[in-house]
Amino acid sequence: MADISKDEVKHVANLARLAITEEEADMFTDQLSSIIEYAEQLNELDTEHIEPTTHVLDLKNVMRKDEPKEWISRDEALKNAPDKQDGYFRVPSILE
Amino acid sequence: MSLFDHSIKQLEGMLHKKEISAEDLVDASYNRIHEVDDQVKAFLTLDEEQARSQAKQLDAAPDENAQLFAIPAGIKDNIVTKGLRTTCGSQFLKNFDDPLYNATVVEKLNTEKTVTVGKLNMDEFAMGSSTENTSYTPTRNPWNTDYVPGGSSGGSAASVAAGEVLFSLGSDTGGSIRQPASFCGVVGMKPTYGRVSRFGLVAFASSLDQIGPITRSVEDNARILEIISGHDKMDSTSADVDVPSYTDKLTGDVKGMKIAVPKEYLAEGVAPEVKEAVMSALKVYESLGAEWEEVSLPHSKYAVAAYYLLASSEASANLARFDGVRYGVRSDKADNMMDMFTYSRSEGFGDEVKRRIMLGTFALSSGYYDAYYKKAQKVRTLIKNDFDNILKDYDVVIGPTAPTPAFKVGEKIDDPLTMYANDILTIPVNLAGVPGISVPCGFSEEGLPIGLQIIGNAFAEGTVYRAAHAYEQATDHHTKRPQLGGAKS
Repeated sequence: MADISKDEVKHVANLARLAITEEEADMFTDQLSSIIEYAEQLNELDTEHIEPTTHVLDLKNVMRKDEPKEWISRDEALKNAPDKQDGYFRVPSILE
Repeated sequence: MSLFDHSIKQLEGMLHKKEISAEDLVDASYNRIHEVDDQVKAFLTLDEEQARSQAKQLDAAPDENAQLFAIPAGIKDNIVTKGLRTTCGSQFLKNFDDPLYNATVVEKLNTEKTVTVGKLNMDEFAMGSSTENTSYTPTRNPWNTDYVPGGSSGGSAASVAAGEVLFSLGSDTGGSIRQPASFCGVVGMKPTYGRVSRFGLVAFASSLDQIGPITRSVEDNARILEIISGHDKMDSTSADVDVPSYTDKLTGDVKGMKIAVPKEYLAEGVAPEVKEAVMSALKVYESLGAEWEEVSLPHSKYAVAAYYLLASSEASANLARFDGVRYGVRSDKADNMMDMFTYSRSEGFGDEVKRRIMLGTFALSSGYYDAYYKKAQKVRTLIKNDFDNILKDYDVVIGPTAPTPAFKVGEKIDDPLTMYANDILTIPVNLAGVPGISVPCGFSEEGLPIGLQIIGNAFAEGTVYRAAHAYEQATDHHTKRPQLGGAKS
């Protein structure tokens, strides 16, 4: 289990929407394998009866009233966009 | 002597008595930046025109109620500043010139009338321990520019050490305020998780990230934290806990204070000169009437592994927002939307960011989630329990901030695991969610600063500051200044 294969690295890159070259795939396979191998030391610990900690604060759901309020305008929202048209974000075609 | 050798309190007094002006302070900041930042490279973006005109306005309308009136500040570049470029040290955001709002911490500083001088360099998206992972020019250590300033808030620590600003804000996910503060000989505080609003902090690992101040003195640090702390309705994870006056806690009295010293923090891997500096700090505490005992935080050695799984998992989700649609760069190579996401991200992110996104995606992926992500969360519980148990019986935990003084530029950048090991003494504090500060406690043979880490109970920043301040007042490490250009001081 300690190793991650080059195919798995390519699969994970694809899931994360990252394009990597063959050379990069080799490099990341080596590096991620050694990091994952290092992480295997956690298996020395018996955690069967330990609750996981997702968050240190004892927070329950933080609710607020569902009320509309002024925030940013459409023009502001589009201000930093790489491409826009007619008040919308513009992206390349989605369907082939 | 620089104006920035004074405390904020002294400068405020001088301003009110008209001995100095807001323009003098802003001049002092930019003069120093123009003098040394070619060597230090602490800043990514300067806001000189705006800062100078703000200084003129402040001089025209003095306000004695503003607690940080005309104090020049630097802001880490992952904290959004309205209308001022915010890059996170990444090429992906090199054109993010016009953020729409201020982070809550920036709003709070503005209310007290600080002057934002510019934005500070960092490892890309706060992923790194040396500021070499910036996708701009790496920051250098003001004590010796052959060495790294630490990271990821390297620009924040170096700018204060070099006397370019009076204080800065950094962010700390696994040590990113304390370790650079240690390497640069300044004071850096990571508050309790939830103490300071994260609204407007570009998220890296949301369950660990905290913003905190970097200063030259403990008093200034306490002053900044009491201003930026508090509940914020824009951050549902900010804690609804009263903010006491931290400066009131700086009594100099630590008589009877109980200090725990974890044996794991002085174990193999910690440089002998770092151990010596910490041991002599403990002698100072003894002479001040505090008591210390060796204790154990038995799960410390597992913290780095748990942290990299958890922080990377959270990062892989948080960084999904960088898709080339709403802000940042977009690749021009793609002719469909999926390729546009993929190419924009691949061109915009550096290797360390890609590595952590892939590690996190892997740890969260089907078939591996229980073995890695959930396992790491359970180990986090064990690490938190270690601190809870010790801090029941002791006021503070003390050890080194980092196992070594600053290392040379280029020395560790090719080996991720060696780089990660730098954070072995700071990471457990983030996992436990408790506050920790780094204060200067000596110098290595090569003249590089060494930092003492003081850790306290959740929301007991006041006790941490009291311990840090008493030590600082009994020693003179914090009065030393770097001679820029690589010479020893």
